[in-house]
Amino acid sequence: MNAFKDAGHLFRLAAVFVAGGMAFVGVRAFLVPKSFGQYGHYRGNAMAEIAARPVNFAGHQACEDCHADVLEKKKSGKHVHVNCEACHGPLAKHADDPGSIQPAKLDTAVLCVRCHEANIAKPKTFPQVVSADHSSGLPCDTCHQPHSPAITAEETTGGKK
Amino acid sequence: MNITRRHMLVLLPAAAIAWKHVLAGTPEASPNYTMSEHWWGMLIDLPNCIGCGNCVRACQTENEVPDGYFRTWVERYHVTDYDIENPHVDSPDGGKKGFPPAKEAGGKNFFVPKLCNHCADSPCTQVCPVGATFISPDGVVLVDKTYCLGCRYCVQACPYGCRFIHPKTLTAEKCTLCYHRITKGLTTACCEACPTGARQLADLKNPNDPIHEFLKTHNVQILKPYMATHSKVLYNDLDGSVR
Amino acid sequence: MPGVEGFMYPNEVELQWSVLIVLYPFLTGLVAGAFILASLERVFQVQAVKPTYRLALLTALAFLLVAPLPLQLHLGHPERSYEMYLTPHRTSAMAMFGFVYLWYLMAVLLLEIWLDYRRDIVVLSQSTTGWKRLIYRVMTLGSSNIDEHALAIDERVGWLVTLIGIPSAFLLHGYVGFIFGSVKANPWWSSPLMPVVFIFSAMVSGIALVMLIYMLVTWSRKEAIDMHCVDTVASYLFYTFIIDFSLEMLDLIHRIYESDESFRSLDFMVHTKLYMSHIVVQIMLGTVAPILLLALTQVLKLSEMARKRIYVLAGCLTLIGIFAMRWNVVIGGQLFSKSFLGYTTYKMGLITREGLLVAIVLMVLPLVILWVLVKLLPPWPEKSSGSLPDAAPAH
Repeated sequence: MNAFKDAGHLFRLAAVFVAGGMAFVGVRAFLVPKSFGQYGHYRGNAMAEIAARPVNFAGHQACEDCHADVLEKKKSGKHVHVNCEACHGPLAKHADDPGSIQPAKLDTAVLCVRCHEANIAKPKTFPQVVSADHSSGLPCDTCHQPHSPAITAEETTGGKK
Repeated sequence: MNITRRHMLVLLPAAAIAWKHVLAGTPEASPNYTMSEHWWGMLIDLPNCIGCGNCVRACQTENEVPDGYFRTWVERYHVTDYDIENPHVDSPDGGKKGFPPAKEAGGKNFFVPKLCNHCADSPCTQVCPVGATFISPDGVVLVDKTYCLGCRYCVQACPYGCRFIHPKTLTAEKCTLCYHRITKGLTTACCEACPTGARQLADLKNPNDPIHEFLKTHNVQILKPYMATHSKVLYNDLDGSVR
Repeated sequence: MPGVEGFMYPNEVELQWSVLIVLYPFLTGLVAGAFILASLERVFQVQAVKPTYRLALLTALAFLLVAPLPLQLHLGHPERSYEMYLTPHRTSAMAMFGFVYLWYLMAVLLLEIWLDYRRDIVVLSQSTTGWKRLIYRVMTLGSSNIDEHALAIDERVGWLVTLIGIPSAFLLHGYVGFIFGSVKANPWWSSPLMPVVFIFSAMVSGIALVMLIYMLVTWSRKEAIDMHCVDTVASYLFYTFIIDFSLEMLDLIHRIYESDESFRSLDFMVHTKLYMSHIVVQIMLGTVAPILLLALTQVLKLSEMARKRIYVLAGCLTLIGIFAMRWNVVIGGQLFSKSFLGYTTYKMGLITREGLLVAIVLMVLPLVILWVLVKLLPPWPEKSSGSLPDAAPAH
């Protein structure tokens, strides 16, 4: 019984530890986010929050719903698989409300070389030119129509020289 | 011409539901999306990559990626025929503005787009001390930026250099595989902007996805297979010198 | 790009872990080392090192209190660090930090110090006045039972705590090594030897630190240095150092001989960017030199003065060397690209949040805390004129 009394200070210390542990458990229950652990060791709501971000690129489906004429034109040419926003840039706002934003007119002198400027690392089969030699400074759309870039016989004779 | 696109879509009920959520970006987006039905990855068809940098720019605008940091980037490889193990690689500004003419002639030259590999056994989510980064049930590695401590352990653990710390939020950032788009039935911004189809979103759980036919008929590899991360970004015709 | 040679993945250019993360394993290493030295006396009954026992415990506590500060300062969101306790991720070595740290602080170090000082605390709570009295009162937990049965119980429990404390100290620093050693993406870190090397280098640095502090404190109190004690501590330092050096060389030779895919890149780095800090400071100045100096004291019969000087010099070199080792691990591991095709540069800020100034403050802070602790709990009861009267309460 005496040993029990002489260890009294140790019991006091143990009480401090137990109180600390209980406080921790209480605080933990209060602070852990509700959806934590719903799917795994993370906040389940995080996915919905990340998914909630608005989009900037509308996607070609949205473009083609209205601009069927351009789609038709593209079908006949090599750019058939190039999505609209690859060149025109992100236009979700325009797709939402066409009146609100007018897509800027594109400068073919800047645009076309992004893909077609010759580079040793590009696939050999990909059409590429050294723009300085190829068009002597003329913008590309002098000869090529971007939606269907091949130069037809009619356009060659009828177009500007 | 007072009929806006939104009005038009009211007339087309099937598309309307998806589109409304696409633009509004509401949390309960795309009620017809079920996580357990998807397992996302991406196909990189290397012979089609022309290094135009469209994907890098598209990613930057879609996701507001700060300058000098990259959720996706493009590398240019130059492999000489006498030292195939030590390629010369460059990626000026991540290929965001395209590539200048190569300094060295000859050898083998090609582009390699990089992005988060959305590993099924990701070393980055393994080391996160608090569960702020995780693999979603549809197979996308995401960061919960309201929970991230910014300890940077995940950045160290990624073998591919795909993570960074956002200079403003001071939390870990990475490719989300455009989670806000793919959950609404759209493709990723980089795939949408790729002019040659070198990048294609792939749903490995969808039996109708063309990826399955592609995998049967092509030489497809992943980056650093010895890291055993079960990467889900699949490279067609990958050169052995790529690391 | 400035500071970049060859090719880095674009997100790799900026270093993630700064000089503060160098400090962190350095500080915890000192804690673990100091504690292990203290436990020698307690568990293995080495009477010779007794004069350093309490001092080593207080040193360990002072450094342990500062150890998490560099981590906190480094976090992007220190205000969220409590999440590590709320939702620790089981697969993360770092998540275990909170628990190992807490275990070591509360269940080992504080407990052992409290048990060892309890008699002193009770006496002081009766002899002092004012706010000091209040502090000691709180520390007694309201129990002033210091009769010999109670003290005998304390002695037994304290011995048990020390026994648990030794593996805990190994765990504390071993897991720090594991944090680095388990990163498979980084060949400079990824090694099963890393935790072992960390533990032995921790013991080396902790022993050196306690030896230096003991000599400094005794000298400043104008008392005679117990040469038998210092000689024993120095011989421990020598033998641990040999084990540590062998392990590091084993790691090095293994890497050189295996020459795996990362070797070319790492080898180049060690010969250029890391040459000064790795070859010159860590290996030559910080390891080989102190080992040779200590070896001299082991083989030759030197005068007391010469031995003291050698111990001080070897101790200082050891601390510099171990700091360089932490630097080379943490910073070196981030200077090369994981593509093995290029290198970046670490630019240390001066007065930024993770800059040099903060690092210096964090290095000095433990010494300030130690000074306060020594004032509060004097480790030398027998001669401290009047501050600690005999057990019998006079008033």
